[in-house]
Amino acid sequence: MLKIADTDFSSRLFTGTGKFASGRVMQDAIAASGSELVTLAMKRVDFKAGSDDILAPLLSRGVRLLPNTSGARTAKEAIFAAELSREMLGTEWLKLEIHPDPKYLMPCPIETFLAAKELVSQGFKVLPYVHADPVLCRRLEEIGCAAVMPLGSPIGSNQGLVSREFLKIIIEQAGIPVVVDAGIGAPSHACEAMELGADAVLVNTAIASSADPVRMAKAFAKAVEIGREAYLAGLGATSHHAVETSPLTGFLGTHP
Amino acid sequence: MMAIQSQHQASLGNEKDKLIGKLSGDVTGNFTGKATGTGTGSVKGNFSEVFAALDIDRWRLGLYSATAADVERALRAPAGRLDALMALLSPAAEPYLEQMAQQSVRLTRKRFGANIGMYLPLYLSNLCANECDYCGFSMVNKIKRKTLNDAEIGREIALIQAMGYDSVLLVSGEHETKVGMDYFRRVLPQVKSAFSYLAMEVQPLSEADYAELVSLGLDAVMVYQETYQRRTYSEHHTRGKKTDFIWRLDTPDRLARAGVDKIGLGVLLGLDDWRLDALIMGHHLQYLENRYWRSRYSISLPRLRPCTGGVAPKTEISDRGLVQMICAFRLFSESLDISLSTRERPDFRDNLFALGITQTSAGSATSPGGYSEPDTHLDQFEISDERSAATIASVLKSRGLNPVWKDWESGWHGECA
Repeated sequence: MLKIADTDFSSRLFTGTGKFASGRVMQDAIAASGSELVTLAMKRVDFKAGSDDILAPLLSRGVRLLPNTSGARTAKEAIFAAELSREMLGTEWLKLEIHPDPKYLMPCPIETFLAAKELVSQGFKVLPYVHADPVLCRRLEEIGCAAVMPLGSPIGSNQGLVSREFLKIIIEQAGIPVVVDAGIGAPSHACEAMELGADAVLVNTAIASSADPVRMAKAFAKAVEIGREAYLAGLGATSHHAVETSPLTGFLGTHP
Repeated sequence: MMAIQSQHQASLGNEKDKLIGKLSGDVTGNFTGKATGTGTGSVKGNFSEVFAALDIDRWRLGLYSATAADVERALRAPAGRLDALMALLSPAAEPYLEQMAQQSVRLTRKRFGANIGMYLPLYLSNLCANECDYCGFSMVNKIKRKTLNDAEIGREIALIQAMGYDSVLLVSGEHETKVGMDYFRRVLPQVKSAFSYLAMEVQPLSEADYAELVSLGLDAVMVYQETYQRRTYSEHHTRGKKTDFIWRLDTPDRLARAGVDKIGLGVLLGLDDWRLDALIMGHHLQYLENRYWRSRYSISLPRLRPCTGGVAPKTEISDRGLVQMICAFRLFSESLDISLSTRERPDFRDNLFALGITQTSAGSATSPGGYSEPDTHLDQFEISDERSAATIASVLKSRGLNPVWKDWESGWHGECA
């Protein structure tokens, strides 16, 4: 079973709340995904208005919330959003995302590292969204992050695992869970990430912007399970040509 | 004809390459890499220098000699390409409107999902020291002038909040002494305590003034060039600070350097050839995106409308033309915010919302104090869609779109660690 910080998860599919046509569709899609951890942007939650159209349905479902700092461009803004989320939502879980580049929404490694260090020291369970940078992931692990969330490709781009080779290095080295986030556009991408050994995936746009979000959420749930099973079973090695059983040592025969 | 066409395009292409080369040289040459504020304070130079080197007649010729083949090529690779934007804004693209719209919808939904941001203008003052023949606030118009005091602003805020809004656009005429920095310093904290996102559409200010307003909660500034064609600009802006074309043109540079989160561009469609103005605005946008990569950008698409003592449009942009412009800009820039005001008719607005629009207003008043005391005699322009915010929200929902009221944290000011 997947364990992040002190919490067990039976589903390895995490989802989000953005981009849906309505709160109803969002709620149904999250239910269909079986997801137990759902991220939501603090900038979108309206505490002044009382009952919020994003928050209320989530709280009634009993899913664990993963507030995120989307929209923050600096460490200072992300820390502000984190403190607000702890105060208003009563959770120390946080998806830390800082993108100063509004065009491709690339995460800033410097601001992210500085914010993560501060937030960990304040007792937050920090899950930073980062580029697929193996050294940065090691540094974030060293300072006490609960997991790392490297990207597959740019947020919302649905391009799949463009960063595949770097994700493999991160997964190989990590002592904390690796959640592949961003860019997963199809269930096959999610399955591939799980086959590589990712501990979980986070999918939002691909579900929310599907013509049938509920059905797509179910498809992702299955893909994640299949990918995990394949990883546990152990994939056979791949090769570009057929391989003889023992081309170099066959002459030795089977006797010792 | 073909030979002229290709020769022309080759020279335009060269010019563009030269310009882009020059721009990136400037940036790398002067950028020290030190984080100051949002980190763009050390970029030198302004758009007016690039603008001075443009051969606008050649761009006009390019727009009106574009062919179907140019449009088809543009549709295959439109992102970030000025030559593609030129083809998509040209008359040759008119038969391709449906294809453009389909691409625009796909890109908009991928980037923004079903979300449409909701904002409302709050008119602070109709005092103005400019003479602009198309505007109801023009200094020569004999209308009652009014600037809201704290108590009046408080009443407007309460009414805007009651409609559900959390994002507000402060608007005033351009009056440096009576509605200048002293006034803004007083007003901004009051407004920001009530709304998460605060935009302004007032006279252009200095970089230092913008930086100060950012520290008081300013998030976005709309500054419309009205037209990029200098002769036309001079014809319509005949007195006051607004006659200074270059000061206005370089305002987005100052905004970006001051760390304003979002910068809004716009041209008053109808003052001159809208296709050409839109194309030069696209060039301005690309210049800004390349230089100030931390800033967000939006465009507005105001069509010139009749107002008190105003002028009739010189070149009218049709409904089809407006759709063409929205789609062309979406294909040019996936992340661009595109704003739709209540100047447009209800039935037209309802159909536009899905096509590439990312934010809209509803239930707007366009006069100071207009929410507490509706009085059409003070309006900057007449609105065409008078439906309430709640009605527009239900229209959006019925079309599979999601009205978003809050999308920002009021405590964010953008300083690097």
